[in-house]
Amino acid sequence: MATRKFDVRSYPGFLAITVLCLTILYVPLMVVAVYSFNASASIVVWEGFSLRWYGDVFVGPESTKFKVAARNSFVIAIIAASVSTTIATLAATAMIRGGTFRYRTLSFGLISLPLMVPEIVTAVATLIFFNSIGFERGILTILLAHIAFCIPFAYLPIAARMQGIEDTYEQAARDLHATKRQAFTKILLPLMMPGIISGFLLAFIISLDDFIITNFVKGAGVETLPTAIFGAVKQGIKPNIMAISTMLLAFSIVMVTISYFVSKSGENNKP
Amino acid sequence: MSQDSTNAIDVRQAVKRYGDFTALKTISLSIHDNEFFTLLGPSGCGKTTLLRMIGGFEDVTEGEIFLYGQEIESLPPNKRPVNTVFQNYALFPHMNVLDNVSFGLEMLGKSKPEARQRAGEILELVQLSDFAARKPAQLSGGQQQRVALARALAPQPKVLLLDEPLSALDLKLRKAMQLELKHLQRETGITFIFVTHDQDEALTMSDRIAVMSAGELQQLGDARDIYEKPANRFVADFIGETNLIDVTIKSQDGQRALCEFPNGLTLTCDARAGLEDGQTGHMSIRPERMKLHAAQVNPENFTGRVVENVYAGTHVQSILHLKDDMKLTVRTQNSDLGNSMVFEPGTEVFVDVERGAARLMAH
Ligand SMILES: Nc1ncnc2c1ncn2[C@@H]1O[C@H](COP(=O)(O)OP(=O)(O)OP(=O)(O)O)[C@@H](O)[C@H]1O
Ligand SMILES: [Mg+2]
Repeated sequence: MATRKFDVRSYPGFLAITVLCLTILYVPLMVVAVYSFNASASIVVWEGFSLRWYGDVFVGPESTKFKVAARNSFVIAIIAASVSTTIATLAATAMIRGGTFRYRTLSFGLISLPLMVPEIVTAVATLIFFNSIGFERGILTILLAHIAFCIPFAYLPIAARMQGIEDTYEQAARDLHATKRQAFTKILLPLMMPGIISGFLLAFIISLDDFIITNFVKGAGVETLPTAIFGAVKQGIKPNIMAISTMLLAFSIVMVTISYFVSKSGENNKP
Repeated sequence: MSQDSTNAIDVRQAVKRYGDFTALKTISLSIHDNEFFTLLGPSGCGKTTLLRMIGGFEDVTEGEIFLYGQEIESLPPNKRPVNTVFQNYALFPHMNVLDNVSFGLEMLGKSKPEARQRAGEILELVQLSDFAARKPAQLSGGQQQRVALARALAPQPKVLLLDEPLSALDLKLRKAMQLELKHLQRETGITFIFVTHDQDEALTMSDRIAVMSAGELQQLGDARDIYEKPANRFVADFIGETNLIDVTIKSQDGQRALCEFPNGLTLTCDARAGLEDGQTGHMSIRPERMKLHAAQVNPENFTGRVVENVYAGTHVQSILHLKDDMKLTVRTQNSDLGNSMVFEPGTEVFVDVERGAARLMAH
């Protein structure tokens, strides 16, 4: 069989580069995951399999700190993802179904620009903003900041999904005596749902693992999981950090998998 | 302003503009109650636009539209007793067939069980009861088409709008659906406004046809009127096959006009108002309204030479060259009698135009 002319696999060095990239990406993660099961307190010497450090996370000396931080993280992530997904859904509806209005391109730019602004800049700006309006830093400032920066992440999958939904469905609903609101809730919203779920999960993960902005706007003594981990690492890396990291990693994988299957099941209902 | 409330739809001087572009240029027409009415015209002539104005999806730039005597411009689509079968069906992909069909009834405030029961009856009417639990994506094109029809009929509209509902079906299915639609219209007594660019479909299904072109109404009449008495050159050319000839009026006596072809041949036909002696007009002669003979049967017969015969199942299409190579198409029905009237290419023949077959038009 003749090889296809433009098959990327025929480029010289393709295999080597692929292997290199995969190694850099995944070997550190694998090391962390493997050593989280190490029986020893050392992070470099393997002394046999044990769940000791997972136990340490839940009942060890630092467990209260981690529990509080984890609760903060999840509460913030759930609220921030819900609120930002709702806002993003309404924004996408207005942007895509609102017809052509002036400044439409500008609006789209404004929504997606935060994705390209360096996070440290956003963090400093948010901090200055809260200071200037006299907001006391604490869990509420973290929540507000997370809602704000999660909106563009939630917006993208929702808008992408919505772009593929022809407006004849809403017209058919209106034709069949549905009010505007009914056409939205009974037809458009269910059709958008895979995009909304993807947007929610993305916003949730982004909020859950945010460090830079959170570190700037959190008040003294308020910790989320990433800032708590960072604080603990400053005193030296213990294997319990690896256990927490591995749990976070597993959680992220589960979320991404759900997101994948949701968008896949959406394909069947694809208009 | 009082309107004839026995008409299902009255379109009065309606104009539709999109910015600078005029999609409909002052259309007026009435659609009777319980009528199978067809909007026929080439792509882009404004059929969908007119339908969407009746459905409430486009506003009327100028003029008015009445539904049973009531002005409807201020009513949103959900408040109009009108339902639509969309060009691409637009079945709700996340609902099964039964829920699609009961949707309109539920939106009208019927209880869920009542809506479903009624939807079930309608599905029976279109022979889709076995498919009630399926999603639209699991149906064939023809089945989706019938679901779209059932869904639009379920809320019992006063007027049903159908935008080229059969265009995606293959020929055989399309023919079957044409009959089914016609049958459904009679059975339900609902006024159907049917859009198509297929003239055969329009002729076989409609009580009356509005022929449109470039945003204008060209002619309104029943199938026979439109086929046999086209109002102008466009209609004659668009409906069926015809021979179109530019003619000059030599003389007329009020009833009959003597017309001269560009090559000097002459033919008398019914005179048309608006054409004076010496003016030019258009003549349309349908190919099946002429016969070929080996000998002259009438002093007005032309002579011509057969160039080509095309066998087309029910008939033979003969291409002739008259004087100065003027082309003429003559159709001869296939039958024992007809076969004796088909001549080999190269044969000189006489062409006999049936009396009344030549139609003179001013435009
Ligand atoms: N939203 C719009 N904006 C501008 N022009 C439009 C719009 N909708 C339709 N038109 C124009 O109006 C004209 C009539 O369109 P319409 O869809 O009514 O045609 P149609 O007769 O239904 O054609 P087809 O048989 O192809 O469906 C076309 O020239 C079209 O380009
Ligand atoms: Mg159309």
